[in-house]
Amino acid sequence: MGEKIIEVKDVWFKYSEEVTALRGVSLEVTQGEKIALIGQNGSGKTTLAKHLNGLLKPTKGEVIVKGMNTKETPTHVITNIVGYVFQNPAHQIFTKSVYEEVAYGPRNQGLSKEEVDERVRMALELVDLSGYEDTHPYDLNYGQMKLLTIASIIAMQPEVYVLDEPTSGQDHMGRRKLVKLIDMLNREGKTVIVITHDMRFVAETSERTILMAKGKIIGDGPTGEILSNTELLKQTAIKPPQVVQLCEGLRERGIELHALTIQEAREILRERLAAS
Amino acid sequence: MRQGDEAMSKEPIVVYENFSYSYPTTPNALVDIDLKIDRGEVFGVIGPNGAGKSTFCKSLNGLVPHFYGGTVKGRVLVDGMDTLEHTTSELSMKVGLVFQEPETQLSGLALTVEDEVGFGLSMLGFPSEVIRKRTREALEKVGLKGFEKRSPSELSGGEQQRLAIATVLAMEPEIMVLDEPVALLDPIGKSEVLSVVKELAVEGSTIVIAEHEIEELAYFADRILVLNEGRMVSLDDSKRVLSEVEKLKKIGIDPPSVTELAYLLERDLGIKLEYPITLPQALKIFGELMEGG
Repeated sequence: MGEKIIEVKDVWFKYSEEVTALRGVSLEVTQGEKIALIGQNGSGKTTLAKHLNGLLKPTKGEVIVKGMNTKETPTHVITNIVGYVFQNPAHQIFTKSVYEEVAYGPRNQGLSKEEVDERVRMALELVDLSGYEDTHPYDLNYGQMKLLTIASIIAMQPEVYVLDEPTSGQDHMGRRKLVKLIDMLNREGKTVIVITHDMRFVAETSERTILMAKGKIIGDGPTGEILSNTELLKQTAIKPPQVVQLCEGLRERGIELHALTIQEAREILRERLAAS
Repeated sequence: MRQGDEAMSKEPIVVYENFSYSYPTTPNALVDIDLKIDRGEVFGVIGPNGAGKSTFCKSLNGLVPHFYGGTVKGRVLVDGMDTLEHTTSELSMKVGLVFQEPETQLSGLALTVEDEVGFGLSMLGFPSEVIRKRTREALEKVGLKGFEKRSPSELSGGEQQRLAIATVLAMEPEIMVLDEPVALLDPIGKSEVLSVVKELAVEGSTIVIAEHEIEELAYFADRILVLNEGRMVSLDDSKRVLSEVEKLKKIGIDPPSVTELAYLLERDLGIKLEYPITLPQALKIFGELMEGG
């Protein structure tokens, strides 16, 4: 087990007197974890995510990032550790070229021109946007814009990535690219937290899943357990991935089968059928 | 079945005759599209981003080429009307187009949901009793009855998209064209909108729908067109198209998980399997396989 990198302690957050977005949220994130944060729109996922990098500070309770309380630490110190990729790329993009967009972060970190160039090159290569350096961000398609916003965070080399809805607007190829990218970041020891509605993506990328509803965490555990907990998911109208639904249906017919992904199901079924 | 019925139900409402289209800046957005869409059919369009799905949708109501310019070869006939010879507003009476983002669709001018639905009709000078009647019917169909006086801007994503569908339904088009209508919605929004589409399909509307959510599309599309780089890769009934697992994966499309699973097991075990494309089909096929074994 790695070190504890983020601690959220009984956090409450009010946008206004009337709107309470978080109601006593607590969790711990260990370095190197791959976590999915799921729940309906309005359940508090994005509000929680923005607390992890200090963009929002708790109304009550505290968030500790690498031992630093986000309330008492300058935001830029936290954002250098926890990189947050916005759901809507338009909220993040503000320069006139792909190069500038990705160079902004590392330049602000005080890196030399050569180091900045190297960071940009590497980040664009990872998201498959090499060759687009001079393109205006708004000339990219939506999926590419999302990848660009991820690249601009990669270039800052944070320890934790929080990705808000990375798969929206992506086609299947884009999804596969993201699955690989997350896997690769994780193998380098990075912690990745993904906010998503795409349950197949959750099954393919995350070891741990946190389920939110109405500003509270209502489930937190291994992805397999959370996605097979029909009763829990029903509360949030989330449909598990098709493979999980298939296993559930087969179990009802007396066939004991537990799998999250196509590959898992394939291996189990292959073994059983080959044996018989 | 009587011969007459058969002929009636197979009457094409859309005919593409070797249609090719290039945008002013992007050549070969569509190449040699040659197909017919029948009245009452649910016609799915799938393909990676950039394959031409949106262009195909826009070519049905003449936005391509009238709005975008560019060059055309061949032609598209909608209910006998050549899209090149008719304006987009004439075609809009035949073809209603629903976009991916509801904001694109909604006028932004109407203060209430009912005004939004009636907006198009009032622009066309329909009498107010017709507008009222059609507004009521359209809102009922998309499950927004009771939302008449609400402001469009305070609706959820799924509600806004259903409102966008209602504004199109109110025009009573012959064909509904939906361009990835659920791509940007949350799970509740997705299922709300898809159940409206399924309902329209059951009622016998002619629907063309471009969609990445293939596991959902499998439940209600009669036929599926696969586009890649502007060209027709496959066009057949849904089950046949989605069972071509290798071909789909190669161009970057994931078939339904259960279909892919059957394909993989068939290869692993060297047995012949029927390919399911929906969950109920999969439960039957895999269930019998496991129980038999």
